[in-house]
Order: sequence, then structure tokens, then C-alpha cells
Amino acid sequence: MSKERITISPDLYDIMPSDYQDLVSKATYGKEDRGWKDIGTSKELIEQHSLCAGCPESMAFRYILASLPNPEDTVMVGSTGCTSLVFPMVAVHNIHSLFGNQNAIASGLKRALSVRFPDRIKDVVVLAGDGATVDIGLDMTLQAWFRQEKFTTICFDNELYANTGGQESGLMQKGFVAKMAPVGKLFDKVRLPEIARESGCHYVVNCTVSKPSLVEKVVRNAVLIAREIGPTYLQLYTPCILEIGKNSMEGLQEMRDSEKPAERFAFKEYISEPARQLLAERDAKAKEKKAAAKQLVS
Amino acid sequence: MEPTSVIGTKNKKNQVFTDPRIMMREAPRTPSFYTGSEVIKEAIRRASIDVMIAYPITPQSEAAALIGELFAEGYIGDYFRGESEFAVMSQCAGAAFGGARVFTTTAGPGTMRAMENFPMWAGARLPIQCIVTCRGINSPLSIQPDTIEISYLMQTGMLVWHAETAQDFYDWILMGYMVSEEPDVHLPLALCCDGFFVTHTKDVVDLTPTDMCLPPYDPYRSPVPCMDMECPPVRMMRDPFIMKSNYISYATHASWQQEIWAAAERSRKHTIAWLNGLIETEDIDADVLIVTSGTAVSQGREAIRLLADEGIRVGLVKIKTLRPWPEEEIKEATKHATHIIVPEFNVIGWMAKEIKATIPRSERVVAGPRVCGGMTMPPEIIVEEIKRALGVRSTTLAARG
Ligand SMILES: Cc1ncc(C[n+]2csc(CCOP(=O)(O)OP(=O)(O)O)c2C)c(N)n1
Ligand code: SF4
Ligand SMILES: [Mg+2]
Repeated sequence: MSKERITISPDLYDIMPSDYQDLVSKATYGKEDRGWKDIGTSKELIEQHSLCAGCPESMAFRYILASLPNPEDTVMVGSTGCTSLVFPMVAVHNIHSLFGNQNAIASGLKRALSVRFPDRIKDVVVLAGDGATVDIGLDMTLQAWFRQEKFTTICFDNELYANTGGQESGLMQKGFVAKMAPVGKLFDKVRLPEIARESGCHYVVNCTVSKPSLVEKVVRNAVLIAREIGPTYLQLYTPCILEIGKNSMEGLQEMRDSEKPAERFAFKEYISEPARQLLAERDAKAKEKKAAAKQLVS
Repeated sequence: MEPTSVIGTKNKKNQVFTDPRIMMREAPRTPSFYTGSEVIKEAIRRASIDVMIAYPITPQSEAAALIGELFAEGYIGDYFRGESEFAVMSQCAGAAFGGARVFTTTAGPGTMRAMENFPMWAGARLPIQCIVTCRGINSPLSIQPDTIEISYLMQTGMLVWHAETAQDFYDWILMGYMVSEEPDVHLPLALCCDGFFVTHTKDVVDLTPTDMCLPPYDPYRSPVPCMDMECPPVRMMRDPFIMKSNYISYATHASWQQEIWAAAERSRKHTIAWLNGLIETEDIDADVLIVTSGTAVSQGREAIRLLADEGIRVGLVKIKTLRPWPEEEIKEATKHATHIIVPEFNVIGWMAKEIKATIPRSERVVAGPRVCGGMTMPPEIIVEEIKRALGVRSTTLAARG
């Protein structure tokens, strides 16, 4: 899609909703260096949200949408859960169908887009909760990776089933007392990042969304590597403040506490050899471009 | 808008995109002796399929694998084996959301495993075609023919057609896409047949020319946006309806469900044109009618012949589409009948129940004979059922009491 496609006919301009007018005039579709810094000065691709006030998922959504390298040609796939309350307000085509089938949907979607647009870039990004990714959808999550499907899987890990009221999830910590874990969860937090690596993902990151610049970096890497090489996986801690008894203002601190060294969301990154080469080439090109621009100026 | 621009041009296999009406109705046909599975392959060769996703389950495994050969030959955009029927049907959905013409096949336990997807397909208006080669779903495990899964499919919002013969199958696969993809329909189609009886037997089928194929699917004729970022990505709704417990939310869901069923109803006119009616009748002035679908129709035809030899006149109503349900047609066709015999290949008798709910004086319906679990249905048991209904003493099966 180019911006041309969303341009409003002059005759109809005044009857279009103002958020659509803003989308045309102030959104960052097509902006090469778009990123988290555009937040606040340009039209964001997310309009409002109906999450709990202060829910870190809402920050994560904003950072990710600001960082997608190619939103004008990106289709997102969601699943049932708190994220599905946000997607209807996202100005990137997105699919909600069932709970847990997101990586199957994305597999079919990516293949269809490759058949239909063989010479164009069409990125596919999955964004789903931990219950969707690890429990009910684990089979499809892994099988998409085994098959080397070329899309990015992002898991909003809030360590429980938030949308149904805080039940035990596979990514919940051992011992945590929750609904359906009345005496505390009996087994360890599933080590999906490691499983992702073993399952063929070329880029795996485990972190929180406390730092927008970091989210931007890993999202850009993940989408680029998925486009060129194969599956990528981001596991982002987006604590469910409601279910862990925190206030609206406490989400950020919760993430900061959990990303300290030796904590479960300390930054971890795995990059496969081909992916490493790809990133190096990209960085070299960017450097060259910068140098050329500098020369032009001087 | 007809995708006329491509008509007359060639695909990479040198097939000519042909006006489907010419291809199906006027083009020369070549009689060919094929199994049902091979017939599926030949129809798909000519269907301009973008994506086929496969998973093995008897009795559709052979057909699903044969489509793989077509992919290897370059007739299909993409093809792979999914990990389960649930996943496959979601993969099909993803491909259809992305604007592809999608084909898949399943049967019995596969249909049940996939079930959550089918109402989703209908609700999302995805014109996917799924061939269902019916088999038992019960425990203990059975791979034998049994049509019980159709009764579940009938409540999903999908179009559901039930082929009798391999010829039906061949024609309906191709015509099915034409009906499914109409903008005022745009619904998935479950194209059912009775496993083994149709898939594994050889029959003479008149095929359209190999060098003609359907025009490609045009996803921009869809009544809902194609998820490819080629049209404006406006947000779809201000508040997600799932969140709201209010009248507007309920009314929105309710009207969308009604719209799905209305779309299935709107498929009638297209289906009538393509299939020559939703039902087919023979001698419906007779007092006794056999009314059913699938291969039970073929067995009914044999029974009619046997009874004719004994001077008992019986007519026939073959029901081709179960969704939309040919309510008016069945009422009209059965209005003179005193006895309506409904032979079925399943234990619950869903067809008889549907017919009883459709016609006046439903006591005319004889809900049987029914076989299940893979049993065959000898025409003699239909004959016996009819004689019992008419109070005629039977000699052939008298020993059975
Ligand atoms: C087949 C099916 N089973 C169960 C549910 C109920 N359900 C909806 S959301 C959800 C949990 C979501 O948890 P997660 O994926 O972690 O997302 P979160 O809400 O925590 O962001 C469940 C169990 C459903 N919608 N569909
Ligand atoms: S329930 Fe938890 S995850 Fe869901 S919106 Fe509220 S705080 Fe966020
Ligand atoms: Mg969760």
C-alpha cells in the first residue's frame, strides 16, 4: 500500500472522521526511519484502547506499531485475549479469528501474500498472549517455526490468562497462586525462548517493554530477519497489573524490577548465523549511507 | 465486475482462463474412467487454486496427495501439509484472509477436529472450499462411510452440498467456487460426498478440456476487506463488540449472524443456475417418493427399478444442496406423496428430521432405512421399507421378520 491508496477524495474530505484525516496527513506509513520517537508528534497507528488504565500492553502496542519497519505493507495476526481488545483500533490490517490459532493463520496468510505479490514485500507479524502462544496454540507456534515460516511471532507475556480473569498459564512462574492454580503453580515457567531457538527461530529476544528504544530495535530486527531468512520470536513482559495487584502507575517499575540481571526478563537475545550476517550487512549499508550524506553536507 | 480482463489469457501452465459458463456448459467434454480421488485432482487442475493445505485422513488422503502432484507440476500457487485439521483449517483461513483461492479436504474425525474453524470461516466470509469425504466419527475407531458429520456442518453457516456421483463432484468443485465467490454470497463451501463409495470407486466422468481453467479469484469483489494492506487500513470499529454488554453490541452480533444465513439464502439463485436446481426429481406424481442425498440416492434408484418390476411405482427426489436447504422445492415435490422414504447412511437420521421439519403432514415421512458404521445399503432394504410402509407383504426379506 502506498499513501496514495488512503488519500481522501477532496469532495469527501470534510465528512471523514478526524482520526482518518490525521491518518492520511500525519501517520508515518512509508517513513524509512520511523520509530518510537515519532510517538507524540505524528499520528499513531493505534487509536485509543480499552485495556485497563496503565496496562503495559498498551505501551507495548504503541512502541511496536511505531517501530514496524513497513506498516504500509504489514498484516498483523492476533488471538483472543486482552490484545484482541486493541486490534480493532489498529490502522494496520489485522486478523482475529480464534483463540490459539494465530501462527496457523499467519502461515496461510504469509503464503497467500507471497503467491499474490511475489515481487513485493509483505510482512506478517503475529501478536498474541502467553496463553495463546504457549498453551492452547503451542503446537501451531512450534510447527510454524519448524516449517521455517517467514513471519515474526510476538508474545505479550503477562504470565497468566488475563482476559478470562487471571488463570494459570504455562508462562506463569512456579509457585504463583492463581485461579486454577489454587495451591500455587506446580511446574516451572515454560522456557519458550530456548525452545524457539531449538525449533528453528533465527532471532529470539526475551525482554520487557520498559525501554521504547529497545523495543524498536528488536522489532525492526525481528521483522527484517523474518522477511529475509525465517521465523523470529519476541517474548515481551507486559505485566497484567490488574491480576498481580498493582496500580496503574506501577507497571513500569514492575518491568524494571523484572529485567534486572538474573531476573526472568533480563535481556536475552539469540541471533542465528545467517541472521547475524544480514544485520551486519544492513548496518554496513546504513553506515555507508550516513557517511555519504555527511559528505554531501560538508 | 467480472474479471473479464484475464479471460482469454494464459496461465503459466498454458491453460486459458475461460469464462466459466463456456468452460462448464459449452466446452467439449471427454469421458474419462477415474476414481473419485482422481476426479478431485482433475477438477482442481482446472480451478486456478492459489493455496491448498493438506492433512491425511482416510478416505481423502489420496486426493489430498494428488493435489500435491499438481503443485509439483506448477498448477497451484502453494501447497503444504499442516499439522492437524484444526491448524489446516486455520491456515486455509489465513490464506483466504490474504486474498487467495483456497482448497482443502478432510473427513470424519478431521471434520470434527477442525470444527471450531467452520463457523469462523463463515463469519469471516471466506469462500474456502473444503471437500468432505464423509466417514464414521464414532468410537471405536472406524474409517468406513457414514454421513453423520454432515449434520454438524449444516449448522456452521457454510454452504453444504452433497454430491451423489463423481460427475457431480467434478462439476460442483468448479461451480462451487463460482457460487461461493459471488459478492452477495462469499461463504465457504463444504462439498460432501460419501467416502469410499465416491472416492475409491471408478466411474466414467465427462471432463472439461485440460487447457481451460477458471478465471482467478478476485479478492476485491469480497464484501469484507481483504487483509493485504492494498486497501485503506481504517480501524474496523470504535469499540470491540466483545467488550460491550449492551443492546447495540448484541444487535450487531445478531445481525451479522443473520447476514451469514441470508448470504447462504442468496446463493440459491446462483446455485440454481449452475446446478440446474437445488433438487432433482423423477416421477414425483407417484404416491411413494424416495427423498435423500448422496449415494443413498443411487441406492434409491436401484430400489425404484426393483419395485417397478413388481408393479410398485416410486418417484425420487435428489437433494443436492443441504445449505441452503431447498425448503420450497421439497414441499412442492412431495405435495402429492403419501409416503416419503428417507434412506440414510447415519444412525441419527438427520435428513429425515430436516424433511419432517419442512413439509406439512410430516407423518408421511418414513425415517429409514438407515445404515451406519460403514454398512452398505442394499437396495433390497429400501424395497423392504417401502413395502412395510405400504403394508405389502414382502417375500424377499420375510425371514427377517
Ligand atoms: C477455544 C477457546 N478456549 C478458551 C477461550 C477463553 N479465553 C479467552 S482469552 C483466554 C486467555 C487469554 O490468555 P493470554 O493468551 O495469555 O492473553 P491475555 O488475556 O493474558 O493477554 C481464554 C482462555 C476461548 N476464547 N476460546
Ligand atoms: S486485565 Fe491485565 S493484561 Fe488485561 S488490560 Fe487489564 S491489566 Fe492489561
Ligand atoms: Mg496472558
